[in-house]
Order: sequence, then structure tokens, then C-alpha cells
Amino acid sequence: MPDDLCDNCGSKPATVNLTQIENNEMFSYHLCEDCAAKKGLEATTEPPASPLPDFLAQIGDEPREEEASDSECSFCGLTFTAFRETGRLGCPHCYETFESHLRRLLRRVHGGTKHVGKIYLPSDPTVSEIEKRMEALRKKLNRAVDTEDFERAAELRDKIRSLEPV
Amino acid sequence: MNDFTTIPDYGLSWLEASGDHSDIVLSTRVRLARNLQGHAFGARARVNDRQAVLANFKEVFARSESLMKGTLLEMKDLGPRARRILLERRLVTSDLLGKAEGDPPAGTAVHVSHRDPLSVMVNEEDHLRVQSLLSGLRIQESWEIVDSLDEELGQELPYAFHHEFGFLTSCPTNVGSGLRASVFMHLPGLVLTKEIGKVLQSLTQVGLTFRGLYGEGSDVVGNFFQVSNQTTLGKSEEDLVDHLDKIVRQVIQYEMQARQVLLRDARGVTEDKIWRAYGLLRYARALSFEELMNLLSGVRLGLSLKLLPGLRVYTLNKMMIFTQSAHLEQAVGRDLESEERDSHRAAYVRRVLNSEGDVTANS
Repeated sequence: MPDDLCDNCGSKPATVNLTQIENNEMFSYHLCEDCAAKKGLEATTEPPASPLPDFLAQIGDEPREEEASDSECSFCGLTFTAFRETGRLGCPHCYETFESHLRRLLRRVHGGTKHVGKIYLPSDPTVSEIEKRMEALRKKLNRAVDTEDFERAAELRDKIRSLEPV
Repeated sequence: MNDFTTIPDYGLSWLEASGDHSDIVLSTRVRLARNLQGHAFGARARVNDRQAVLANFKEVFARSESLMKGTLLEMKDLGPRARRILLERRLVTSDLLGKAEGDPPAGTAVHVSHRDPLSVMVNEEDHLRVQSLLSGLRIQESWEIVDSLDEELGQELPYAFHHEFGFLTSCPTNVGSGLRASVFMHLPGLVLTKEIGKVLQSLTQVGLTFRGLYGEGSDVVGNFFQVSNQTTLGKSEEDLVDHLDKIVRQVIQYEMQARQVLLRDARGVTEDKIWRAYGLLRYARALSFEELMNLLSGVRLGLSLKLLPGLRVYTLNKMMIFTQSAHLEQAVGRDLESEERDSHRAAYVRRVLNSEGDVTANS
């Protein structure tokens, strides 16, 4: 219904229906465009055929361009202008340097900004990082059991065990 | 010095025509893009970055059990023709080799496993590209192979990983899972019935993309298409792989229906096309690579429709690879001019069809 207000902010009209599945439960939300964008969603669903060049070309027309084209990655020296030309980032730090632009780009290209796949554990992981990784491994394990891939299931079980606190 | 002839199957097991639907799906590839912390990515990496990445990888290679069973080839140690052969076998990309003239970029290498159809490119656009290339439609299996090596590498190497964006890559279109799964398909039925446009259009609507044989920007030759996932962020690897598998199976169904339509409505013309293609391959004295690919497409269709008994998919796959220029030059032991290449190509095809391509006319 178009007259509904956003479930999140309660002030603007809800135009986006979001259905999420978390821990095997389904949740439906009605959100306004702003709140949907904050959650990493785009109002439109159709993926553009080749979004990167279009997006890079458009950036120049936006008001924040002056500030953006001045920014430069402190680690590798890549300027935003150079990124626009090549479409390639220079190093891992570029993701922080150009974060706000990338966030918009990633939404446009991938429909969101949140990685939900494999979790990489750094050498000194925090408890929550370990938990996330175990959760991801458990999902894989369930799947391996479902498809009767017992060799893989055994490997995954060992991996999960090795992460459990002693 | 390492030499790719030390690789047990010469990196060609993906030609063997095993796996599901191997007449329609030539091969399946899954690759993961990974980068190391503290170094600039491919295009911006300086020589010392590149050397450090390679040294890091070699160290892991030296102490890792599953990686050890393989061959590490540094591009600088290979001659130009050997490098092109790796490219033609799809073990490396043209990005890894750099410009055709001159030396390959610093620190570029490929590790080819002896145990699995699995390789790792070092210092391509991303520091590491872990990839598995299998014959036929085997997306899940291909993913499991790269996943297990990636797990192992991840224990040893400091991957660049962001709590929100996931695995960081040089190009933002690869970030997140860094996973690209692609299936190399032969779709002559859809092309001949002019349904292909609709099918390709619908692929883009479900988050997939398509291109020609040799990756980005390459032409579609001989009705061969590479179908792959477009997005890499926001879906788990398992979901990306499942989704592609599901859609590809639908495309196979459409292709098979289109072939039935061809047989029903245009049997005479279709059979004529197939036999003409076979005749040309069998007797032509000069073939360009493009013409060859188009003729192979006709013959492949004939084989699939059981109109050319006695011919094997493997024979056709092999002809696609060994008729490329570096392979032809390797066979004669010298560089070839374009015209010479065409006649050597035709000679190779005649020879192969003579020994393993005898078909009995069934009409």
C-alpha cells in the first residue's frame, strides 16, 4: 500500500518491500528509500548490463565531485580521478579512502554492500569473528550433509571443532 | 627450469568430455580472486610488491602438502611460445602475460596442481586467482576444489579482507566473495532458431552475464558462450554457485528444445549444414581459426543429434585447442606466417579426422 509509512523511521512513505531470511525465519519490512539505502538496498531491482563504466562516467556530474577528485590513497597514491579512468583500485586501503563513493558503486553493481559468504580469520581473531566463521562453516556442513557429501562434511566438522574454545 | 610438460595431463583434463551434458557444456570454471594485505594490487603493484607476493606464495608452496603436488611456472622462465600455449590451454589469461611483445610483467607465475584440475595465477589483476577448470557441467565440484585450496592458502597468507565488503579485489565488480563461476556452452539450436537473444537477455535479468570464449571483450565465435555470475557481493558462494547451476540447466533445456524444433521444421537444411561442415573439415586445405570454430560448431551439433555416429566429443574438443597458433607452431617447431598456419591447421584437422573421425553415413 502506497500510503504506508516506513517501518524504520515512521516518517516517510514506504516504497520498498524487504524480505529477509535470518536464522530460518522470514521477516518483511516496508521501508522508505532512504532507510532502504542505509540497509544496503537499491529501490530498483534490475541489474544494469554493464554498470561500472556508466557509474564512473556519472560520478563527474555529481556535486561532491570536487572534493572527491582531490582525494588520494595515502598508501598507494591512487587518485580518485585515476580510479575513474581505469575502474581498478590500487590497494586494500583504497576501499577506506574512497569508501563513500564505493558504497554507492557497490550498491549499484551488486545491489548491496554486505558480504555474506566465507569469513576470513585474521591471525588474532576476535571472539565475534570466530563465531561468524563457525556459523558460515556450519551452513556449509549442513549443506554437505544434505547432499550426502560425507567426506566434505567430515572435513568441515574437523574445522569447526578446531575453532571451538577448549 | 620448470617446463609445463611436467604437468601430468598438460593441464588439458578439461577437454576429456566427461561430466554432465558435455556435448553442450564444454567446461566449468570457478575462480576466486584474493589479495594480500600490505601490497598494491596488480596494475599499481611495483616490482618489489610483485616479487614479495610471489615470494610469499612460494614459501607457502614449499611447506604446504596439497600445493606441493604441482608445478610452479614463472612466466619469465618460459619462452613466448610456451606462454602462449598456456594461454591457449586456458591455464593463464592474457592479463597475466602482459603485452604480446616484450617480457611478461614482473613476478607473474602460475601454479598447476598435479592432483586436481586446479591452478593459481600469481600477480594477475589480483595477487592470486585460484581457479578450477573441469570438463562438462560440474559447478559444485569445481567450487569445492577451489574452496579447499583457498582454505589452506588462507591459513598461511594474510588475505585482504574487510568486515563489511569481504575479500578486497582490484576491480570493485569482484569484491565480496571474489567468486566468478562460468560455464562454457555451445548453443547452436538457440542461435539457429533465433531464440538466443531472448535467452541472453533473460540471463542478465537474473544476475548472470555472458561473453565469448576468451573472457571479457572477446567475440562470440562458433556459437560458444561463457555464462557466469555478474555479481559477487551479497550472496554466499554456495548461493552463487547453485543459482548459476540452476539457470544453466534451464538454458540446456531450452537448447535441447530448440534442437528438436530444428529437426522437426528444418531437418533437411540442418542435416545439410552438418554434413557440409564435416565435409569441409575432412577435406579443406586451409582453415582460419574462426572458420574452423564455426565448422566445429556444426559438427558438434550433428554429433549431439546423433547424426554423425562414430565421432567423439573429445575429438572435437581437442581440435579446438591444438589448432590454435602456438600449438600449431609447437608441433612444427617454428614460427608460422598466417597463411602457413591455415594450411597446417587444415592438415592437423584432416589427420585427426582420418584416425578418429570416421563417420558412417546413415542415410
